Amino acid sequence: MSALYLLVIVSIAVAGFFLMAFIWSVKSNQYEDQKGAAIRMLHEDEVNKNLF
Amino acid sequence: MPTVKEPETEVIDLITETDTDVLCYHCGTPCLAETIAIEDKVFCCDGCKLVYEIINNNGLCDYYKLQSHPGLAQIKSIRNDKYSFLDNEDIAKQLYKFTNGDYTIVTFYIPGVHCSSCMWLLEHLHKVNEHIIESRLNFTTKEVTIHFSKSKISLRKITELLATIGYEPYISLDETNKKKSKNYNKQRIFKLGVAGFCFGNIMMMSFPEYLSSKAGIEEQYAHLFRYLNLLLAIPVFFYSASEFFTTAWSGLKQRILNIDAPIALAILITFSRSIFEIATNTGAGYLDSMSGIVFFMLVGRVVQERTYKSITFNRDYKSYFPIAVSVVTQNGIVSKMLSDLKEKDVVQLHNDEIIPADAIVLNGKPKIDYSFVTGESEPVTVKINEMVYAGGRQTGEQLTIQIIKPVAGSYLTSLWNHYAFSQNKAVKNNEESVLHKLSKYFTWVLFGLAAITATYWAIYDPSKIVGSVSAMLIVACPCALLLSATFTNGNLLRLFSNNGLFLRDSLVIEQLGKIDHIVFDKTGTITQGSNSQIICSGNQLTEADKDMLAAVVAPSKHPYSKWLASWLGTRKKVELSAWKETVGKGIDAICDGSRIMVGSGDFAGVHKDKIKVDKAAVYVRIEQKLTSFHFMSVFRDSIPQIIPALNHRFSLSVLSGDNDKQRSLLEDLFGSKSQLLFEQKPIDKLHYIEGLQQKGRSVLMMGDGLNDAGALQQSNVGITLADDINNFTPSCDAILDAKKLVLLPGVMKLAKAGKYIIGLSFFVSILYNIVGLYFAMQGRMSPMIAAILMPCSTLSIVLITSGLSSIWAKKEGLSLRTTE
Repeated sequence: MSALYLLVIVSIAVAGFFLMAFIWSVKSNQYEDQKGAAIRMLHEDEVNKNLF
Repeated sequence: MPTVKEPETEVIDLITETDTDVLCYHCGTPCLAETIAIEDKVFCCDGCKLVYEIINNNGLCDYYKLQSHPGLAQIKSIRNDKYSFLDNEDIAKQLYKFTNGDYTIVTFYIPGVHCSSCMWLLEHLHKVNEHIIESRLNFTTKEVTIHFSKSKISLRKITELLATIGYEPYISLDETNKKKSKNYNKQRIFKLGVAGFCFGNIMMMSFPEYLSSKAGIEEQYAHLFRYLNLLLAIPVFFYSASEFFTTAWSGLKQRILNIDAPIALAILITFSRSIFEIATNTGAGYLDSMSGIVFFMLVGRVVQERTYKSITFNRDYKSYFPIAVSVVTQNGIVSKMLSDLKEKDVVQLHNDEIIPADAIVLNGKPKIDYSFVTGESEPVTVKINEMVYAGGRQTGEQLTIQIIKPVAGSYLTSLWNHYAFSQNKAVKNNEESVLHKLSKYFTWVLFGLAAITATYWAIYDPSKIVGSVSAMLIVACPCALLLSATFTNGNLLRLFSNNGLFLRDSLVIEQLGKIDHIVFDKTGTITQGSNSQIICSGNQLTEADKDMLAAVVAPSKHPYSKWLASWLGTRKKVELSAWKETVGKGIDAICDGSRIMVGSGDFAGVHKDKIKVDKAAVYVRIEQKLTSFHFMSVFRDSIPQIIPALNHRFSLSVLSGDNDKQRSLLEDLFGSKSQLLFEQKPIDKLHYIEGLQQKGRSVLMMGDGLNDAGALQQSNVGITLADDINNFTPSCDAILDAKKLVLLPGVMKLAKAGKYIIGLSFFVSILYNIVGLYFAMQGRMSPMIAAILMPCSTLSIVLITSGLSSIWAKKEGLSLRTTE
């Protein structure tokens, strides 16, 4: 049963990691412009003319 | 009267304006001619061609590959020195986000951003000008952030560059406090995240406690889980729940028991009792319920606090006025900031510019459009040496005026000195809200019940006093009431915004539900912004033709003749040599030797197929030349539809700054019950609303311009109708997209329904509370029961509120999803 101690600590650590990731994502303005990023990723530096 | 020959039977083709569908390569507007072209690409105007050239020369033609016709029509050219005020470093400094003297960052709001091509072009500005280091667009807020080297390219140059490629920025110095509120929202998101994390983990570690048999779990694990729970509850209590404590405390300081007071009390008691139980090893406490309540209430608040990123509700006249004006001084023309403008300054005003302060005309041909300020729809012609008033817009040529009153003392701006503008509507709405009133009683009832429980146990078993009273205070936490309100309002706000109505905050919903009188502004609200009621196509009439036509239609009593006559206005008198009206067909006349026929298509000899396509109301034929007239309804399309629907549920009034030329049309529409007032000044409108309110009416004001600003502010709910929600709108409680005006009756019903939905879900949650209280007052409240009751009641509240409001919205014909 002493494995429980380890499991509890690990589970809280994992959850804490996700909390940190959440706070970081809000802090770095990732939710400020949700449409823009979706469009930006489709832009290439030079649009390949053969594709069109 | 001499007889008139039968009309010739030959068919005349109407001259159509566009015979082929040639679309402008840049903006997609149908081209009138194919003369403006580069290679095989045709443009509607030189402006579009210029933009294409800039883009093409910089190798940015991928702009056109991402979307076809991505540009905006460039017909309105931008005046050369429009942005000269940005050369003034004092003004430019206020726009910089960062500068170290050379490397500078600036953010512009660009209303024209709409597609992926816009984004591509605006993020490749460095290819157009090498001194621009980087540019990045926030698509949601339509803000572009540009990094540039100030010593090599000026802010004015950048602004002009943006304007020439079709993305003219909207520059205003008045939005400095915008950033603050965004940071505040983030804080709440962090609190929510922390509360969610702690709530989940506390729940998980409470499970052994719930599921254990009577004997309890093994001592060592019980300690582990309890102390871990306590550890996790600390950030919830001190960080996530902090806003309940601060609002409760600030309420208490003003001797007000607001809704947060009993909540803060419940949280405090739950937390201290849990600490006590854990420390004395008598139980596990109620930390799971406490963190759950905090979490759900924060969710409710986040849902309720909807912010619209590109909409501003608190604009006053300052953001309507220009930032700077061209002042004539001894050293030539200098641009001066509006706040530095003094009396006796001589100002040069260009076409489409706004008069910054009351002034006297020195030079030029003033033709001032006051429609936004007074509601008059016709531009006013003013003579030299006469007064012009702040807020008017010059149409036509350049004008020189001399300021005679400071900006703040002008006729228009003095409206803002009225006390209606000094009261904070949000605070007033809050005090009037049902939630606010209920929460006062709630706390006292709660204390009463606690006292009864305490007395009861004092008599029968004094050892149970602390336990049962604290359990009671925990269970009776008004979080259900708060949750009902926040989730209902949050969902309603979402539904409203999906249907084109954007509210300033959730308190407006309740006010909207109470409305019993609606006041409409006329110009721009009931009628379209422009006053063009007649569209004339085909052969364009010369002045001589118009003189003749006026003479022909003058004697006729037919409504269309009257419309034409009023459109033509007073004209030169021309003698008619023959005139004959055939009822239901038209007029046939001879004037100055030309045969003139006015009437239906058949009568004027137009081919049947042509009539079907054209659908013109009246055709005019002067000899062989044919002109067709379309009469546009004076009103917005949806007005004839919504007025009858509103008429039997609300009393209606119309206030117009205009003369009463359209009185009869309005009377037909609004019926005899409604009050129609004309030639109302902005302050008259405000007083009219005030008068209604003194009679106990709850007034909704629908307006559009600055002339309605006072009325919008004074009314219980002020809605601005906007053709483009990103454009300037006067300060108001809500902005309604003009295209969605038809939904107004449904929206009003839904707002009213909100109250019932809150009531019902509150009733349901009270049932849970009664069950909880039943256990608590007997002193049998176990953590297990609390842990079941709390999520159940929350879940049913969320289901009831969002489900009912969505069903109701559907019933009223509103769409549940965003329609763009």
